[in-house]
Amino acid sequence: MAILEKHKILEKNASLLLVFSFLVVTVGGLVEIAPLFYLENTIEEVEGVRPYSPMELEGRDIYVREGCYVCHSQMIRPMRDEVERYGHYSLAAESMYDHPFQWGSKRTGPDLARVGGRYSDDWHVQHLRDPQAMVPESIMPKYGFLENRMIDPTHIADKLRVHRMVGVPYTDEMIENAVADFNAQIDPFSDGADGLLERYPGAQVRNFDGKPGISEMDALVAYLQMLGTLVDFSTFEPHASR
Amino acid sequence: MSTSDKKPLPEDVVGTTGHSWDGIEELNNPLPRWWLWSFYACIAFAVIYAVLYPAVPLKSGATPGLLGHSTRAEVAREIERFQEANADLVARLIEVELDPEVIRADADLYNYAVQGGAAVFRTYCAQCHGSGAAGVQAAGYPSLLDDDWLWGGALEDIYTTVTHGIRNEDDPDARWSQMPAFGVDELLTNDEIAQVVQYVRKISGQEHDAALASDGEEVFLYNCASCHMDDGTGDRYQGAPNLTDAIWLYGGSVETLTETVYYARFGIMPSHRERLSEADRRAVATYVHQLGGGE
Repeated sequence: MAILEKHKILEKNASLLLVFSFLVVTVGGLVEIAPLFYLENTIEEVEGVRPYSPMELEGRDIYVREGCYVCHSQMIRPMRDEVERYGHYSLAAESMYDHPFQWGSKRTGPDLARVGGRYSDDWHVQHLRDPQAMVPESIMPKYGFLENRMIDPTHIADKLRVHRMVGVPYTDEMIENAVADFNAQIDPFSDGADGLLERYPGAQVRNFDGKPGISEMDALVAYLQMLGTLVDFSTFEPHASR
Repeated sequence: MSTSDKKPLPEDVVGTTGHSWDGIEELNNPLPRWWLWSFYACIAFAVIYAVLYPAVPLKSGATPGLLGHSTRAEVAREIERFQEANADLVARLIEVELDPEVIRADADLYNYAVQGGAAVFRTYCAQCHGSGAAGVQAAGYPSLLDDDWLWGGALEDIYTTVTHGIRNEDDPDARWSQMPAFGVDELLTNDEIAQVVQYVRKISGQEHDAALASDGEEVFLYNCASCHMDDGTGDRYQGAPNLTDAIWLYGGSVETLTETVYYARFGIMPSHRERLSEADRRAVATYVHQLGGGE
């Protein structure tokens, strides 16, 4: 066949083969990846989801740094047993501001997608300090050192800016008030608390570890306590096309 | 051996591809038949799948497919199937009077409540109260196995505690009380705290300094008795623990008692009003009630 004869040219010319291989792979990429950027239904719009407050974002970074995702997933799959154990299945929108997402792929520990509000702050602090004291059968490592590491929020605004670069809708106002919002989240009676709640509705404002100053423990518990709490599922209607 | 027995050379049977590199040629073997047909079958499967199931992403939704399959609909159906199977029991559980005798009289209902409650307990309660419900000693998570109840051990009381929780901000009906921080807020001097701690050691039948304890009695009556009662047996309406028994929420040592009086305690239990259904809350209350301490 004539076309097979022409194919011989490719087979005998390494550089040409490389160029054409690249073109073929490009087609695959265009078909599979490009549509995600224009399809309206990639992420279902859900009321309540907002960018992370500066302190939650800081806590999320600690979550990533400590490798929590290695043992904990944040993705409740649409199956009856998962829904009964962890709550409503996860929606794409709930992790739309995650860079990178924390869905995880292994559950050595339980799923954390809806851990927010399930335990008290004290429990989280005691449990992070010594997991076996709370749950004797647990094999989780101890994270008590987080209490002694204070967070310097100097660069928190830069962090928000970086997230804005990758598509998180942080406003100029949010970036301007990043440090103030960060400091306000551990004190409900501070001047900044109202502004914080206006910018980040549903944020939980209190001293999470009960100690003065903002430690990594505060930030991590603030993050854990908001996980899965932003969407009000009593009013949530799944889109018909799903 | 005759020449006719000789096997023909492969290149004479299938020929070569015509490629020749340094005199090395390539046989033009056909693809194995099983492989080729599997390949065709996969292509056919893909086409059929794309027609039957959601497949091609369009601007505002994927093509739905002839079967109209949806993972979300499936999980909703599955949940509904189990709800229907239990509908009768759940309806009875929601309506039944919260009296252990009444529930126990209905064997099916009681079994459902205890088994279902055990499952709820393992999922929602075990992290603090322990998988065996023994609590976490000296850390503020009470054992649910004994007769010592902070807020009451009747089925109705347990149900209320499960539903609204304790000292949480989310539920206006949460059980609420707060011990003053006698040291931090300078309500008592350090000497008085040392005295009252010894007095509490005395009424709980522990080793104590008799002189300090007798001074501590007055401190106790003026500052503590309004909640913990004059005899120190506590008050369940306020969640004030009984101080005369050997069961401690945070510990009965001098150090721990001093810390408790100085800083006070503020144990929180979350509200389960929205997290658990009415039937689940009743079931878990029934389960906890029958663990040993129910009244």
